[in-house]
Amino acid sequence: MPLVPPITDIEQLKSHPALARLVEWNASVVKAVKFDREELTIWVEKDAIREACAILRDSADCPFNYLCDLTCVDWYPSEPRFEVVYHLLSIPHKERVRLKVRLDGSSPAIESVTSVWPSANFYEREVFDLFGVRFTGHPNLKRIMMPDDWEGHPLRKDYPVEGYR
Amino acid sequence: MTQFPATVAEPGQEGTLILNMGPQHPSTHGVLRLVVEIEGETIVRLRPEIGYLHTGIEKTCEAKFYQQVVPLTDRIDYLCPMTNNLAYCLAVERLLGLEIPPKAQWMRVLMNELTRINSHLVWLGSSAMDLGAMTVFLYCFREREDVLRFYEMVSGQRMMSSYFRIGGLALEPPLGFFEKVKKFADRFPGNVDEYEGLLTGNPIFTMRTKGVARLSAEDAIALGAGGPTLRASGVDIDLRRDAPYTGYENFKFKVPIRSEGDVFARYVCRVEELRESIGIVQQALAGMPEGPIKADAPKIVLPDREKMKTQMEALIYHFKIITEGFGVPAGEVYQAVESPRGEMGYYVVSDGTAKPYRVHMRGPSFANLQALAKMCEGGLIADVVAAIGSIDVILGDVDR
Repeated sequence: MPLVPPITDIEQLKSHPALARLVEWNASVVKAVKFDREELTIWVEKDAIREACAILRDSADCPFNYLCDLTCVDWYPSEPRFEVVYHLLSIPHKERVRLKVRLDGSSPAIESVTSVWPSANFYEREVFDLFGVRFTGHPNLKRIMMPDDWEGHPLRKDYPVEGYR
Repeated sequence: MTQFPATVAEPGQEGTLILNMGPQHPSTHGVLRLVVEIEGETIVRLRPEIGYLHTGIEKTCEAKFYQQVVPLTDRIDYLCPMTNNLAYCLAVERLLGLEIPPKAQWMRVLMNELTRINSHLVWLGSSAMDLGAMTVFLYCFREREDVLRFYEMVSGQRMMSSYFRIGGLALEPPLGFFEKVKKFADRFPGNVDEYEGLLTGNPIFTMRTKGVARLSAEDAIALGAGGPTLRASGVDIDLRRDAPYTGYENFKFKVPIRSEGDVFARYVCRVEELRESIGIVQQALAGMPEGPIKADAPKIVLPDREKMKTQMEALIYHFKIITEGFGVPAGEVYQAVESPRGEMGYYVVSDGTAKPYRVHMRGPSFANLQALAKMCEGGLIADVVAAIGSIDVILGDVDR
């Protein structure tokens, strides 16, 4: 499919069930939106992420009840450095949405969504292990891939790909 | 000196014992370590410990050109290399806005379904062997060998095929390939009957699997289980039907659903999927279109060998792609495909250069493994083996 320019206007995208529900709940948590390559991205206020996820999961007309994926992107050296990315799927309606939260590089921390989806447990541990983002309220925030005594967070952009650390 | 926690604890006040299962254990299907807390023979708590196979593929991808990532994706879920290739290639093609010719799409469907058969056969053989049925293992590997020969015919490799490339396929399928696949597809339903004859009515097998490691639909969704694990709990989802990619909308197939949510239901779902997959293979063979196997995009797709030897332009494009790669417009794509184990998602972020800024793989085994504790807790220790077999965990996919 040929590329078309992305849409970033909230008014034009309000027909999407996820954006409609979030705006109906609290329009101030939606910081920006982008519809690009047939995927909707919503930037959500950092402090509201757990509630926003719970609202979307319990939405009556289109419940986003399945957390597909949770990961992080490091935009070093620009600030805010980290973007935590949530991919949600509505199993009854087969709709998808991507939520994003921007975090500062100094001591990145965000509220855990394990209380909304227990499946976030491993994903958040992975992001903590490989990016060093802390999830407050996580039941067992330990390294998952790397050994417990490892120093550094390998997927950060300032961590070298080859050679010695 | 690092302090390691004691793996086998003294019986505590509650009378529980901590038992360490794996990472070297024949029924954990790789290097999976389970820390199991038991009271008598009943499991109180179960915690998977992973990371023994972590190879940092996501980090390596960031240092490669887009086309160089394809062979890395084979090595993630090594039982379904073509599904990994497909998910990655589709993601990059969507970033580029590239159209794929129909023959390449149909070949992708054909090979993808053969991959599903390959993966399910390994699962059926090994999980039945865990429960003591040795013959099924030998039968399954007999048919798997045929599928691996098809891999070798098209790509020259039996396992790490890297057959799908960004913009199409690596090579034209060789002469006689479709006839051989047709012969296999005609014979295969009889083979599935053979496996079912050994297992479905077998009293030992049914007693070991029925009512074991139950998972309700709500728990399966909350814990992020996918694929046959989710469908055996009664959740009706299959990405090939619900969000068709690479031309799946042209094929007719049923999605097997069971509601029991136990090991036997997962077995029935997968065996039914074997039959549906061979049906899709038959449809793909019958309707295979003619035409090119690569997209018309000389700056992205490598030129044919013959053209390189006769045309200056093709030689230049080849040199440029190999040495500089190709730029991909900035953006991001999450491409999910239905792998034999569930939703396999590739999240590719581009910053406009020739190397991916970030590649993240959503492994279905990683998600399914979280559901293992819920299935096993409260059950017997001997059923852990049946439960691990039933979620079909691939540790390359878990640890990446």
